[in-house]
Amino acid sequence: MFASLRDAVAELIHDGDTVAMEGFTHLIPHAAGHEVIRQGRRDLTLLRMTPDVIYDQLIGAGAARRLLFSWGGNPGVGSLHRLRDAVEHGWPRPLELVEYTHAMMAAAYVAGASGLPFGLLRAGAGTSLPAHNDRIRAVTCPFTGETLTAVAAHRPDVAVIHAQRADRAGNVQLWGIVGIQKEAVYSARRALVTVEEVVDHLTPMPGEVVLPAATVTAVCEVPGGAHPSYAQGFGRRDNRFYRAWDAIAKGRESFTAWIDRHVRGTADHAAFRRALAEEGR
Amino acid sequence: MSAATPDEVMTVVAARALRGKRTCFVGIGAPSAAANLARRLHEPGLVLIYESGTIGSKPDVLPLSIGDGELAETADAVVSVPEIFSYWLQAGRIDVGFLSAAQIDRFANLNSTVIGPYERPRVRLPGAGGAPEIAAAAREVVILMPQRLETFVGRLDFVTTAGFLDGGDARTRAGCTGGGPSRVITDLGVLTPDPATKELVLTALHPGVDLGDVRRATGWPLRVADRLEDTDPVTDEELATLRDLKARTARAHDEALHG
Repeated sequence: MFASLRDAVAELIHDGDTVAMEGFTHLIPHAAGHEVIRQGRRDLTLLRMTPDVIYDQLIGAGAARRLLFSWGGNPGVGSLHRLRDAVEHGWPRPLELVEYTHAMMAAAYVAGASGLPFGLLRAGAGTSLPAHNDRIRAVTCPFTGETLTAVAAHRPDVAVIHAQRADRAGNVQLWGIVGIQKEAVYSARRALVTVEEVVDHLTPMPGEVVLPAATVTAVCEVPGGAHPSYAQGFGRRDNRFYRAWDAIAKGRESFTAWIDRHVRGTADHAAFRRALAEEGR
Repeated sequence: MSAATPDEVMTVVAARALRGKRTCFVGIGAPSAAANLARRLHEPGLVLIYESGTIGSKPDVLPLSIGDGELAETADAVVSVPEIFSYWLQAGRIDVGFLSAAQIDRFANLNSTVIGPYERPRVRLPGAGGAPEIAAAAREVVILMPQRLETFVGRLDFVTTAGFLDGGDARTRAGCTGGGPSRVITDLGVLTPDPATKELVLTALHPGVDLGDVRRATGWPLRVADRLEDTDPVTDEELATLRDLKARTARAHDEALHG
């Protein structure tokens, strides 16, 4: 149950796996993503509603061959330059896109978590997305006869999330913007959770989600493991980093230099944070 | 105080569109600025809903992302992503959806997916996000976009989000439950759909803009209302409130946010 992040990634995430690192701006598992890059994983199918900077880094580092998503950008800043370079120019390798709307992604996770073959919704009528994604189909309601949208269930090999706390039995607690993390964990075969702290007892928090230990494969204590995203109650979103990322990711050389120095060139998340601090970021 | 810029006029006119509304689904950028301006100026009870699941957010400064901590900390409730899309949007609990996009056509369909062919895009855009469902299910959709020849196009490279599709009753036939776009607010004027054909018609010009400017910024033969209105000039109070909001936002985002 409890492991170092290095051991947990080595054991749970393999080349070619379908991996969902979820987080809706809040609680994004950056440290776990970095460890995947450090260990040189390849050919991953990445799944996420809102791929942002950590997926830009994984794609730029060559870890992914396919991305299932609904919105890919650096929120409030602009494009993901590494994602765009992979799609527009095939660098460092081509990236296949499988594209949804947010509501379709959410329904696909709920279906996966529920053991159903597809999620059902009244979604995005008129959108051209189904023409490019055969996991989105039309179905007829057996009661009313109306046409609804079916989305094939998401069943990732691994869900990776960051949360505020775990107790010593491995029950995980998160609160604030909880996004789609619960559904991602329940839909996945294995779940890797990094947490800000491990405590004796989980104090109830407003709006919390508790993931019972039985749903979690590994818990790793990684304080600040969401940075530059954040964990409510433990720090704020580092909006300056998100803005700085735009210039770093714009060019292949500046991106590679950054990844080599900060991720491949550091032993773990604590060393990564020290490398950032030395630059005064 | 200097005169309002075209962008400020667009934001203020959008804020006015929220008079009398209760629930507003807000995207980041110009829509978020307009919704928060409306909350300060004339709709203090406006319930702002961000797709991160925050309901009733009352941010002091504009968020950089839809998931900034302040949106959750000031919300009446924070719910999960499936809940916001299923119970709120799909179930018809949203009065107004505020949207923007990279391209729009004469029937207010939107593209936020690709410029160029889908398989070999010249520019890969962020993608749909929540826009298709917001546009399909909100009782009314207000679109905010600066008006340019490159963005107001004769033919979209990709239909991400349905406005009125091919016009007429095409939208309803396709299964959209909400009312669709009620107006497109640009930095030059306001376009509203014709009641029958649903083609966008220029119905108002902002102060200092002439009709030729709008035609030159539109990639289709633009229809113009018989009685073209002049947008009421931006008031000192509207402008001062907007500038104060932007200035406080800039200060907050430039402060060291570490730890």
